[in-house]
Amino acid sequence: MSTQTPTQTEESSETDAEADVPSKGDERRDEKRRRAAEERARRQAEEAEKAAADEETVELKVFRYDPEVEGKQEPRFDTFHVPFTKGMTVLDALMYSRDTYDSSLTFRHSCRQAVCGSDAMFVNGGQKLACKTQIAELEQPIRVEPLPHAEVRKDLVVDMEHFYDQMEAVEPYFQTNEYPDGELEEQRQTRENREKIKMSTRCIWCSACMSSCNIAAGDNEYLGPAAINKAYRFAMDEREGEDIKQKRLEIIEQEHGVWRCQTQFSCTEVCPKDIPLTEHIQELKREAVKNNLKFW
Amino acid sequence: MHEHDVIVVGAGGAGLRAAIAAQEAGADVAIVSKLHPVRSHTGAAEGGINAALRDADSWEDHAYDTMKGSDYLGDAPAVEALCQESPEEVIQLEHWGMPFSREEDGRVSQRPFGGLSFPRTTYAGAETGHQMLHTMYEQVVKRGITVYDEWHVMELAVTDEDDPADRTCHGVVAYDIQSGEISGFRAENGVILATGGMGQVFDHTTNAVANTGDGVAMAYRAGAPMEDMEFIQFHPTTLPSTGVLISEGVRGEGGILYNEEGERFMFEHGYANNDGELASRDVVSRAELTEVNEGRGIEDEYVHLDMRHLGEERILDRLENILHLAEDFEGADGLTEPMPVKPGQHYAMGGIETNEFGETVIGGLYAAGECACASVHGANRLGGNALPELIVFGKRAGRHAAGEEMGEAEVTTGKDGDWEAADYEFETEVGETGGQGPAAADGGAVATDPDGVLEAEVERAEARVEELLSRKGRNHAEIRSTVQQTMTANVNVFREEGRLEKTLDDLREAREAYKDVAVSDPSRTFNTDLIHTMETRNILDIAEALTMGALARKEFRGAHWRKEHQERKDENWLKHTLVSWNDGEPELWYKPTILEGENKTYEPKNRSY
Ligand SMILES: Cc1cc2nc3c(=O)[nH]c(=O)nc-3n(C[C@H](O)[C@H](O)[C@H](O)COP(=O)(O)OP(=O)(O)OC[C@H]3O[C@@H](n4cnc5c(N)ncnc54)[C@H](O)[C@@H]3O)c2cc1C
Ligand code: SF4
Ligand code: FES
Repeated sequence: MSTQTPTQTEESSETDAEADVPSKGDERRDEKRRRAAEERARRQAEEAEKAAADEETVELKVFRYDPEVEGKQEPRFDTFHVPFTKGMTVLDALMYSRDTYDSSLTFRHSCRQAVCGSDAMFVNGGQKLACKTQIAELEQPIRVEPLPHAEVRKDLVVDMEHFYDQMEAVEPYFQTNEYPDGELEEQRQTRENREKIKMSTRCIWCSACMSSCNIAAGDNEYLGPAAINKAYRFAMDEREGEDIKQKRLEIIEQEHGVWRCQTQFSCTEVCPKDIPLTEHIQELKREAVKNNLKFW
Repeated sequence: MHEHDVIVVGAGGAGLRAAIAAQEAGADVAIVSKLHPVRSHTGAAEGGINAALRDADSWEDHAYDTMKGSDYLGDAPAVEALCQESPEEVIQLEHWGMPFSREEDGRVSQRPFGGLSFPRTTYAGAETGHQMLHTMYEQVVKRGITVYDEWHVMELAVTDEDDPADRTCHGVVAYDIQSGEISGFRAENGVILATGGMGQVFDHTTNAVANTGDGVAMAYRAGAPMEDMEFIQFHPTTLPSTGVLISEGVRGEGGILYNEEGERFMFEHGYANNDGELASRDVVSRAELTEVNEGRGIEDEYVHLDMRHLGEERILDRLENILHLAEDFEGADGLTEPMPVKPGQHYAMGGIETNEFGETVIGGLYAAGECACASVHGANRLGGNALPELIVFGKRAGRHAAGEEMGEAEVTTGKDGDWEAADYEFETEVGETGGQGPAAADGGAVATDPDGVLEAEVERAEARVEELLSRKGRNHAEIRSTVQQTMTANVNVFREEGRLEKTLDDLREAREAYKDVAVSDPSRTFNTDLIHTMETRNILDIAEALTMGALARKEFRGAHWRKEHQERKDENWLKHTLVSWNDGEPELWYKPTILEGENKTYEPKNRSY
């Protein structure tokens, strides 16, 4: 399923899981589900009360879905009220909600500092890294959804395989035919050249750009901004040499490569690492043209 | 069941390097990791990689600095291996395309770092770890190495002889986070643990949420001792609200620390009259907390780190990432105001006991990177010495596990050689309280043939998961949070006996509570509640061993400060702390530090900066 047009059931309608179950384990699980649902309802009621009493809380509406859990198979939104603290990020609020109200609330996260790329999600209608998004800057209630244009696994977790496949389709590794003679000698690189590729090397594989791209949504085979940027990172690295650059340009010129981009800038706008993706794609187009002329 | 020659657990810098090395040595290798490789916390490293690359520098000087920095608790053969091999490994990274910062002449840049006698910290802006992690993952993709990502390794498959030295490891059991499937991963030649740090034992840390010390705890329960766990590095410059790190690179470039009165306290209060801000991390962390405790902290919590005088151009060129971090996570603009900083848990010097090839006492079980203790950092790690450890020891472990002949180890493992039992009575009971899934070595498994051991372990894991999912009980989050709070309050930069004892009591209670733990999310799909619950068990085991070591070590060495014992006591304490699980009855023992290097002996000197 996709979150493009999610079926929205506001608030949780708790379903009692009543099925004819053969095994004891299943029975226990059902029992648990029931208890968990009651518990959740109770806590949310409590929270709503608390929220009314105390203005310094944040209201989050979080997308919920689990393919195997009854009551969650139909996507819905749950509301959480979180006490606000200075500097609180969307990730902090999600962690608080999970650890305090509902331990089944599921999202990827790890570094908490915008470097592991795990927690790109759709916050108030835009692709954001939850750990880097300040609550204070958002309108409430804050809507938190999984990334659009990706298969939802559960709650805020999406399938990343397609993104990884595209990243790996551009020979994303350094190649050269020539190394310096000295055993302990580095290849030389000018400061200017390092500066040129610097932004492109900052990608953290969060896939926010891919999720924001209309072209990628329509053409599943489109390499997408992040993969093209990865190709740029190597194509522009003077350490690789001309023959390899040639090969790289051929890769990004393929049918589902750079020429698909219609310079809508959505990727550039959402990239949490401020990588000028559209510019990089444009530059590769120019390089490709130059290169083709050379061989005519 | 999956089968490979070598299984690497973890895909940070150490795991990736190990996998590449094992493959180059001809092994069929696979990586099993609970995070996709690029999500590993190596990506958060900022400052750089120490390597004696230049003519005016030498590996000997690097080794000398490292031994001194370790407060003479490093083992010289491991330290010398680190310093000798770091240069070639750094050049290897450059040859794999890593985008290091550059000098005018196009060579890689190096910067000064605390405790170093030469500016040998090789860097890529303030995002060295990110560049290193991605460069190595690129090589893994290029080589087509199999990666099982989002598989959480639960336990090791180890035989159950009485003496850990007779045991052998034949694989791991892992839980597929996406589907809930439990599977055995059989390793023909060896398992390499590269699971990284354990910062989640504390509540203010620079470490990632995934850094729960899983490898250390798993190896411990299987019979490999934890070494020197009481030595925890607290980094002096972390952002107060999140624990996000402000790299030592800021001080390396000339950043200055001020207290509330605007005093440059490192000098003005005499904490480090020579090196000031660039004194070793433990010294700076204690100085900051002393300032705060004596009422000269800002908001009674932190001090200021000022880099404005470096100028915008230099800051943008070398420390740009710091500007983003301070802005995004603390709302401070490093170009126009000083940044608030305070000490936070940062690095575990200790870990799984290994020799200089990464071998543990258990046959076929290796460890490398932050989860291992070879030991190169001793009582205190120098900034910039962890990243080279990943590549040097990751590679060594990978080659060794793949069957390459590498000679005799000088560092011993287990009770092989001199060792002594600890002379310490703990007031609180430590260890197993029953009810939790024991490791194979705990006597449950009778099988000794490799496949049998693995199968038995898989069954045990399945039963454990079924139990956690189906019973009712408490949520782990509360227990984890109690542990983190007591550890941060009492086993911090300042440690005193009464509070350490109280911590063991708290941990006992947490263990009791954990007996009733249950997972309320019934789903098999991406059940992070279940994963976190299993991690919390690991946090408990580590917190306890760490506190035991801290209580028993009655001296002040490196990062380990004791109120009652304000001196380093070389006569009694030039030795490593080891804690063995012993089927649930932790045993504390010691083995001597090796100060004899290749050409010289490192005589303990006063560690002043
Ligand atoms: C903010 C920060 C800055 C730093 N800066 C520097 C620096 O400038 N210079 C320096 O030398 N050092 C630095 N360090 C230290 C250094 O970065 C770390 O020690 C090092 O990166 C750890 O690498 P690793 O490969 O051992 O572990 P990690 O990179 O943490 O990788 C651990 C891997 O193990 C996997 N894993 C863990 N548990 C399991 C399990 N149960 N099952 C399966 N997989 C599992 C994870 O998925 C992950 O892939 C810094 C550390 C931090 C936190
Ligand atoms: S280019 Fe930017 S938005 Fe796209 S994956 Fe990389 S970091 Fe994320
Ligand atoms: S948690 Fe790592 S990028 Fe947000």
